[in-house]
Amino acid sequence: MASATLVSVLVTVGIVLSLIPTTFRLLREITTQIFGTVWAPLFTPSQYGMAPLLTGTFIIVSIAMVIAIPIGLASAIFLSDYATFNLRRIVKPILEILAGIPTVVLGLFGLYVVNPEFVEKYWPIGEPLAYTALGAGLMTGILIIPIIASVADDALSSVPRAMREAAYALGATRREVATKVVLNAGLSGVVAALILAFARAFGETTIALMVAGSYPKLSANPGDPMQTMASFIGFAGIGDAEVGSSAYNTIFLVGTVLFTVTLILNILGNRFISRFREAYE
Amino acid sequence: MATTSTSLESRVSIDRRIKDFSFTIFLSVSIIASLAFIFYIIYRLYNNAGFLLSWDLVTFFPSYDIDTAGFQSSIMGSIWVVGFATLFAVPVGVMTALYLEEFAGKRNRFTALIELNIQNLAGVPAVVFGLIGLAFIARGPLSWGFTVGSAAIVLAMLILPVIIIITREAIRAVPPSYKEGALALGATHWQAVSKLVIPSAVPGTATGTILAVSRAIGESAPLLLLGALSFVTFNPTGLDSGFTILPLAIFKYASDSREEFQVLASAGSLILLAILFAMNLFAILLRDYTLRKRNV
Repeated sequence: MASATLVSVLVTVGIVLSLIPTTFRLLREITTQIFGTVWAPLFTPSQYGMAPLLTGTFIIVSIAMVIAIPIGLASAIFLSDYATFNLRRIVKPILEILAGIPTVVLGLFGLYVVNPEFVEKYWPIGEPLAYTALGAGLMTGILIIPIIASVADDALSSVPRAMREAAYALGATRREVATKVVLNAGLSGVVAALILAFARAFGETTIALMVAGSYPKLSANPGDPMQTMASFIGFAGIGDAEVGSSAYNTIFLVGTVLFTVTLILNILGNRFISRFREAYE
Repeated sequence: MATTSTSLESRVSIDRRIKDFSFTIFLSVSIIASLAFIFYIIYRLYNNAGFLLSWDLVTFFPSYDIDTAGFQSSIMGSIWVVGFATLFAVPVGVMTALYLEEFAGKRNRFTALIELNIQNLAGVPAVVFGLIGLAFIARGPLSWGFTVGSAAIVLAMLILPVIIIITREAIRAVPPSYKEGALALGATHWQAVSKLVIPSAVPGTATGTILAVSRAIGESAPLLLLGALSFVTFNPTGLDSGFTILPLAIFKYASDSREEFQVLASAGSLILLAILFAMNLFAILLRDYTLRKRNV
């Protein structure tokens, strides 16, 4: 039984071992090219400037967070302090269903509905085409709403009842109790929710690939097509790259960046979660 | 929550009452928006492709001819891949959980490390699991190629941490009095665990496993790297067989520029959602049933 426990450790070790050697081999070859502004590792001559992937990722994740933070937190506050017991029992499973919608379906919706009907029609800057970072950001936002809602709701619901009642006794209204007392008391859990949601958006592949396209354009306009780090891996991995070729090596390089960033975010997020658990459970 | 009587409420200043009222509206709109979105997405898909829904869609194989194109090989592929992934991941996951909860003893450095590892593994982006699959399983040491077996191992690694976390919660939810009672009657630790703790934790574990499996069915990114985005017109016949999966069949039809195929992609999404909703519903009913049983 203890040996079964080691399987999960082996998987982690496997991930690290699959990423690191290839990454370092490629890094020795390309060195400072990585700071360039053109990302074209699959062409000859190859160019390895990561700036387009970084901006693409940054823009799409930012849009997702802007959408998901207010809606996710509002849902969490609603569930913890406003909903009756029965309403909560209905709303929670429906939110779980939203969390269970596959990314390929969200991507399809972004590609067929959001891009042509909203972004192309109403986005004021430039001329948005079939693929847009804005559409991908919106759909990624919808993907992470249930993550923020459920982790933050766990935190807010575990804030002791006595704290709420004390505030009510002092004459606070429901909104004041929810935003000034409960939200403050559960803050570390809320921060954890945001970090974990950020990590999820950061690693999302299919939505970015379907909705933002696969052209690594260096641009600040969300109406343009863009590529994220994760969607590059998906894109370059489709065409059965030969082992050791630069296309093959590049997906491991990008994978290392992705893995490292999400690892740091997850460690941070889980630390915040255990902080509020220690305080209230 | 505390109920404030009207006489008290009337003493709250107009300003605060307006703020409270607008905040309530904001919360309600947010929650309604996120719930309504689910129905809107289904409505749009159904509007676009509802007329296509028939058994032909499930029984036909992928084709470049729209009239005879369907999803049979991808549905069978998903069943094969996710079925074997579950078969690989559940025993390992359950044993890990059982070890950590019942046999590892007090928290020490070893178990703390394992716990940290499982937590972080659960947060690794799905596409990264595709990379380890590519480096070690499809190519490299194992060289199993782009097969059902490779894909099943990759998805098994992906759902393993979820299954461990859920099983541990199920074991922890078993009232300690069950075990204490057995021990007091002279049962050994193993007897108490195998005859009481494990059977009582089965429903919770099953619920969690269904949810983990439904996540694996909808997962597309890691298998992009394992050649699943290909045109496969046959059902898998074994672990060495080539394959495609339902989400990637949808992806493939979606990237076709012809509008009929985009409609086909929407129809595939409806099938995928129907499968997942059925599984979710089953899991929720199972959870409700076990909760009620335990409360009696």
